[in-house]
Amino acid sequence: MSPVVTLDWTPVCPLDRLDLDRGVAALVDGVQVAVFRTAHGLYAVDNLDPVGGAYVMSRGLVGSRGGVPTLASPLHKQVYDLTTGRCLDLPGVTLTRHRVRCRDGQVEVRLRQEQ
Amino acid sequence: MSELIVVGNGMVGQRFVEALRARDTDGRWRVTVLAEERRPAYDRVRLSAVFDGVDADELTVHTPDAGVDLRLGEPATGVDRARRVVTTAAGEYPYDALVLATGSYAFVPPVDGTDLPGVFVYRTLDDLTAIREHARGRRTGAVIGGGLLGLEAANALRLLGLATSVVEFAPRLMPVQVDEAGGAMLRRYVEELGVTPYLGVATTALRPGPDGTVAALDLADGRTLDAELVVVAAGIRPRDELARAAGLPLGPRGGVLVDAACRTADERIWAVGECAAVDGVCHGLVAPGYATAEVVADRLLGGAATFPGADTATKLKLLGVDVASFGDAHGVTPGCLDVTYTDPATRSYAKLVLSDDARTLLGGVLVGDASAYPALRASVGGPLPAPPLALLAPAGGAGAGAGALPAGAQVCSCNAVTRADLDAAIAGGAADVPALKACTRAGTSCGSCVPMLKQLLDAAGVRQSTALCEHFDHSRQELFDLIRVRGIRTFSRLVAEHGRGSGCDICKPVVASILASLGTGHVLDGEAASLQDTNDHFLANLQRDGSYSVVPRIPGGEITPEKLIAIGEVARDFQLYTKITGGQRIDLFGARVDQLPQIWRRLVDAGFESGHAYGKALRTVKSCVGDTWCRYGVQDSVGLAVALELRYRGLRAPHKLKSAVSGCARECAEARSKDFGVIATEGGWNLYVGGNGGFRPRHADLFATDLSTAELVTLIDRFLMYYIRTADRLQRTAAWIEAMDGGLDHLRSVLVDDSLGLCADLDAAMARHVTSYSDEWRDVLEDPDRLRRFTSFVNAPGVPDPSISFTRERGQPVPARDAGHRRQPVALGLPEVRR
Repeated sequence: MSPVVTLDWTPVCPLDRLDLDRGVAALVDGVQVAVFRTAHGLYAVDNLDPVGGAYVMSRGLVGSRGGVPTLASPLHKQVYDLTTGRCLDLPGVTLTRHRVRCRDGQVEVRLRQEQ
Repeated sequence: MSELIVVGNGMVGQRFVEALRARDTDGRWRVTVLAEERRPAYDRVRLSAVFDGVDADELTVHTPDAGVDLRLGEPATGVDRARRVVTTAAGEYPYDALVLATGSYAFVPPVDGTDLPGVFVYRTLDDLTAIREHARGRRTGAVIGGGLLGLEAANALRLLGLATSVVEFAPRLMPVQVDEAGGAMLRRYVEELGVTPYLGVATTALRPGPDGTVAALDLADGRTLDAELVVVAAGIRPRDELARAAGLPLGPRGGVLVDAACRTADERIWAVGECAAVDGVCHGLVAPGYATAEVVADRLLGGAATFPGADTATKLKLLGVDVASFGDAHGVTPGCLDVTYTDPATRSYAKLVLSDDARTLLGGVLVGDASAYPALRASVGGPLPAPPLALLAPAGGAGAGAGALPAGAQVCSCNAVTRADLDAAIAGGAADVPALKACTRAGTSCGSCVPMLKQLLDAAGVRQSTALCEHFDHSRQELFDLIRVRGIRTFSRLVAEHGRGSGCDICKPVVASILASLGTGHVLDGEAASLQDTNDHFLANLQRDGSYSVVPRIPGGEITPEKLIAIGEVARDFQLYTKITGGQRIDLFGARVDQLPQIWRRLVDAGFESGHAYGKALRTVKSCVGDTWCRYGVQDSVGLAVALELRYRGLRAPHKLKSAVSGCARECAEARSKDFGVIATEGGWNLYVGGNGGFRPRHADLFATDLSTAELVTLIDRFLMYYIRTADRLQRTAAWIEAMDGGLDHLRSVLVDDSLGLCADLDAAMARHVTSYSDEWRDVLEDPDRLRRFTSFVNAPGVPDPSISFTRERGQPVPARDAGHRRQPVALGLPEVRR
C-alpha cells in the first residue's frame, strides 16, 4: 500500500444539513471534497471527476450495484464503488476517497491522498 | 302530486329518474330515491378505470336535482303492498308508484372459504378500495370466473402487481360471448400478459394461511394455487328479495317478473334494469337496462311504451384485447354457415355466422381486431356489405430499426464503434446493454445510441430482459402503471415493495420523471430531490467544466424587445456566454450553481419562466412567422406554437420532446424533424409525429390531416400522454412508434378511434397537467429550503468554485480549456502529490 498523507479532521457541516442520498461539496484544506449521506453511512470522495476533469462528483447520484454503495458521475455516468473508489465501468480509473465521520452532530472530513 | 318511490340508485335507477324528471313538466310526481350505497350513482361499467388512476368522483353519473329526495345509505327493507308503503331503517315512505331498480349482486358459489378475509367480489367502488388495500404487500391473486367481469378483475389484480390466475369452470374464457376458437385466441393474449388461466375446472375450496386470510385455492383436479387475494366473479343474480318478500311473482331464473311495459303483477309496482325479468328474461347489460328505464318513465306519464327487446351485441376491451360479439354469435340458427378467419401473425380471430344461403349476416365474434364491428353489427339481418374475407382481414403495419444498418455504420460516434464491432461483441457473448458498453465502450459517452444497442441485440436474437436495472424487474411502462395504480408517491416505498437495493442513476431519474409526469409536486420536494439527475436538481444544464447553462422559455420563439434586452442585461451582468439555440431561444452559459438563483430572480422579475431545457420534458415549439406577416402563410403558426408551448410546458416525458409549427407547406419551421410537428393547410392543420433531428435524423410521419385547432390539440394531448405512459426509458417518440406492434396504424386506432378505450383517461391526465402547471424556478425562489441547494461549498458558501474560470473567444467568455481539464487543486501546505 502506498504511503498516506493525512491532515486533521475538519468540521464541514451539521449532519442534518445533508439530505439522504444527495451530496454536497466542501472545501477541506483547499481540496474540493464531495460528501454524501446514505443509508449505508457517510462517504467522502474527491469532488474531481477523474474522467471528465471537472469538479462535479458531489452532484452525482448515489445508489447501489450488487449491494455495493455507488456514486455515478453526473458528466458521463461512470459508476464508482464508494467503499473503494474503484470505477466499476472503466478499468484502472479510481476516485480518491477521503475519511469522514460524525462527531457531536457535526460531519468532519480528513483528507487522505494516496500516491 | 303523487308519490313515486325509486328503490336503488345505480346507473339504470338514475337514468330512470332523469328520464322521468325531464318529461314530467307538469310536476305530477314527487320523487324519493332510497339508495343502499353511500355514494350517488356511478358508472359501474367503467369501474376498473379506478385502477387506471381515474378518480372515483370522475365516475359519477349523478346530476344533483333539487326536485328529487335522494336518501343515500338508506336501503329499503320491505314493501307493504296493502298499505302502499316502503319501509327503511329510518321509517316508512308511502307510494302511489314504486319502481324497483335494485340491480343485482355478485353470485358467490357454495365453496368453502369464500367468507375468509381477502376474498372479494367485484361490484362496487367499496369492493375495489378493499381489493386495493388488501393487495398491498401481497404477491399472488386469483379470480374465480373467466367471463367478462372475471377478466376485468384479473387485469386489476395484474395492475396491482399480483401474479394472477383465473379459474373458469367452462372450457374457455368468456364462454357467453365467444366461441371455442375465439376463446383460444383470447387465452393466448391473457397468458402473454402474465395471467394464468385454469379452464374447465371447478374451485373446490379456499384455504387460509397462518394469519387467517386466504392463502390458497384448491382445484377439483387436485392442484392448488397460491392466492393471497381472491376475487369471485362467477356471475350476477338479480336482487329480487324485496319483491319476493312482498309476494310478487318472479321469473323462472329469478328477477322481478314484469311484462313488456316493465310492470309487475301489482299495477303500482314496476321494475327496471338488472333486477327485472322482462317477460321472464333478465338482462345483465346496461343498454337493455336503460331501455327499461325509458319504458317506465313513459308509462308513468301516461305513455304506452314497451320494451323493444335487448341488443346483446358487445364490444369491449379486456386486458388490452378487443373482443366483440353480436347477433347469433354461437351459430344456433338452424342450417347457418360459419366463415372463420384465424391469423396467428396479427393474433386475430374472427367468425361470421351467415344464413344457409350465405347471403344474410346473422352474427359473429371478433377477437384481437374488432375494427369491423360497427359495420358488421349494423349489417346483422341484412346482406353482407362486402365479401367475408375482405371484411375480416385486418390492416397490417411494420417497422425497421437498427437491425437494418450495414456492418460499417458507426453506431456510437462518440467512441467510434461500428455495427460490426457490436455484432462481434454480441457474438462473443455480450448479452445485454451494460455488457456491450463494457466491451465496446459504445453508449458510454452521450448515451444516445443506447436504444440502438438494444435493437442490435434484438436483431441478433438475444433475448432481452425488460427489467429497468438490477433494482427493478419491471419495465418503465410497468413501473409507471404500478405507481399510478397503487398511488405510490415515493421511491423508497416503490423499491421496498416492488424492487431491491438502494436504486441507481438509471432507476432513480426514471421514477423521478414518472412521479413528475403524474403531477406529484415540485421536483425538489422531499425525497424526490435525491432522485434527480444533476440537471433536474439544479434546474439548469451541466456543462463540461462543471458550470451550468440557463434557458428561459420563449414560447414559439416570439419575444418582445424589452424581454430581449432583459436577457442581454442578465447575460452581461453575470458575464454569461450567449448563444441562440436551434429551438428559437437563448442559452446562457457559464453560470455557477450559486449564481443560478440570482440569475433566475432577474429573469423571473422580467417575466420569464423555466424553459425546461434541463429536463426530459417539452423543450420548445418552434414556429415560422405565419400568415400575420408572410406572403405565403395560410395560418397563424406563431399563435398556435405559443399556445402549444404554454399547454405542454413542464410536461415530463421518457425523453425530451420538441415541436414546431409551420404556417404553410414550405415548412420553414422544420416541423417534420420534431416529435410532433404541425403544418398549416388551407383547411386547418396537418399533424406529423415521430420525427427527430439528433443522432439518427428522421422525418415525422403524417398522422392526421385538415384538423381544426381543437381536434389538433386533442390528438396531441393523447399522443403525448400515451407516449409518457408506455414508452421505454430514454425512448424518443420515433423509436417508440417503430417498436410499437402495428406502428402508426395502431397508434391512430388508439388515439383517433379509441380502440383501447383509453382516450378519456389520456384527456383527463392532460387536463390535470395543464391545470396544475407551475413555474419550477419561481417555486424555487419562493422557498428557502429549495434555495439552500444552490451553494458552492457547504462549509464556505461565499467562496465561488475556483475551478471554474474563463478565457475569451470572439468577444465572449468560454471555459479556460487547458486550465479546466484535469487541473490539480492547490493543496495548501501539502507535499506535492503525484498521480
